[in-house]
Amino acid sequence: MSKDMSYAAVLGRKPEIMKKSVGIDFSKYESGSIAFDYEQMMRDVEYTIEDVKNIQQDHGVGNTPIIELRNITELARKCAPEGKGARIFIKDEASNASGSFKARRAALAVYQAKKLGYKGVVTATSGNYGAAVASQAAMYGLKCIVVQECYDSKGVGQPEIIEKARACEALGAEVVQLTVGPELFYKFLLLLEETGYFNASLYTSFGITGVETLGYEIAMQFRERYGKDPDYVVASNAGGGNLTGTARGLKKAGAESRIIAASVNLSGLHMAADTQFNRKSFTTSHTGFGVPFSTWPDRSDVPRSAARPLRYLERYLTVQQGDVFYITEALASLEGLEKGPAGNTALAAAFSLAQELDQDQTIVVQETEYTGAGKHIQPQLSFARENGIEIKFGNPHDEVPGQNIILPSHPSMIKAQDLDVDNMRRSLIKNALKNYNVTEPTKEDIKFLAEETNSNEEFVKNVIASL
Amino acid sequence: MIKKGEWVSIHKIILQPSERAPQVPEDTSKVPLEMWVKGFLQEDANIGDEVSVVTRTKRIEKGTLLEANPYYKHSYGKFVPELLQVSEQVREVLFGGADNE
Repeated sequence: MSKDMSYAAVLGRKPEIMKKSVGIDFSKYESGSIAFDYEQMMRDVEYTIEDVKNIQQDHGVGNTPIIELRNITELARKCAPEGKGARIFIKDEASNASGSFKARRAALAVYQAKKLGYKGVVTATSGNYGAAVASQAAMYGLKCIVVQECYDSKGVGQPEIIEKARACEALGAEVVQLTVGPELFYKFLLLLEETGYFNASLYTSFGITGVETLGYEIAMQFRERYGKDPDYVVASNAGGGNLTGTARGLKKAGAESRIIAASVNLSGLHMAADTQFNRKSFTTSHTGFGVPFSTWPDRSDVPRSAARPLRYLERYLTVQQGDVFYITEALASLEGLEKGPAGNTALAAAFSLAQELDQDQTIVVQETEYTGAGKHIQPQLSFARENGIEIKFGNPHDEVPGQNIILPSHPSMIKAQDLDVDNMRRSLIKNALKNYNVTEPTKEDIKFLAEETNSNEEFVKNVIASL
Repeated sequence: MIKKGEWVSIHKIILQPSERAPQVPEDTSKVPLEMWVKGFLQEDANIGDEVSVVTRTKRIEKGTLLEANPYYKHSYGKFVPELLQVSEQVREVLFGGADNE
């Protein structure tokens, strides 16, 4: 008898498909309520940071340089009050195999797939992770399928996503392209079921452990060169894995750098709306992913996500699309570094943050990404203009995502905005109670939620009482 | 006529509007979920025919034949004069003034 292929039936088979395809029995971490044993799940990866470093180094990943952005720092000082303007550094993650930090995540996921005897890997991503998995799969001789949300219903695709499809194919992967919608997950499950391949999810403990070397390297390289830890590390944030892994790696190195999240403000645009899909100029590192994933990490494609950014971040800054395009051009024109725009989200935020801090303070922007046809500020702005988005100079804070992109008329107008992190903490607690259908949280739940929100039990109890 | 064994792209409707997930926004719920995939054509066929292909992972997919030897057409886009203006501005703010003329 053939299997029921309807949307509801396939989603109903999710637990068994997931169990077979990630090789993790998530049930052993569950408490039966909201709480689960996050640290045990991470410990069960069983690779030390040295092991991970070796696996990555053997596969073209890691040991990327940290570059001081002296001219960008000087530009920030020109815009800052007297005596302000922290030194800005960037970790050039574009030098990884496949051109982004995502190679770190893929390196461990694909290593695990090979070790467990899978014949291939499947991943659902429209981003740099696709090429990262394809690149690692090529090295291990594994087959690879990348499922992308790529087109609107008129068949028009974001140039950035199309470039990523090209990169995946160039690295030997099969690319399955879909129109807009959350049912990408439906096709993803069907492919896992059909092939029996490994789910190289972005959100497993392997993926996040792979990013820990990024934070660890920052601490070690910084100490070697400057004799101290960086004061701040700014991470572009979408699904939360970049920030989580980096923060965990810094902790493993004993660094106490303050962790700042940064996303492009895309408020007002619905991520699953067919008519809005091509009206945004960022396909990642934006609030449309960053806020929902921070306040409910388990919306990911595994039962329990290892990416839990609210545990680590101290501030969450947003910047406008125009700010990131501007800073990307500045990075090329002043530092001679031509990089993809999405990875520069954190740089735009750091440029603003630096102006609040004293000149002896240091900020590390922890990633860059490769650039190329489609995935470059010029085609992205050109595509926006062709789609009726107005591009002009002015105050970026007047920008209305989906209608215009406002490039700052002077660099001093790049001003990151703080999201209310306490409000996000409240949302996470509310979402946890709702999604687990719990009205009487256990003692363990309260403790867990305090850890989840990097707050305390008092805070959690007050939030619950106010609901 | 496109020959068996050629590298082609196909298109297929995965879910009709009525079959879509309940949570999709209204505009998305009115259109089908579509898929594009590439593979080796399994029989001689014409554009628009229903065909089978074998993909890079040796899976069989069925759909409408779109194109033989599909290639990428994305580019560096059209000239965006504002970017040149940004480049001029940041250099002026940092290095500008009479001393540098």
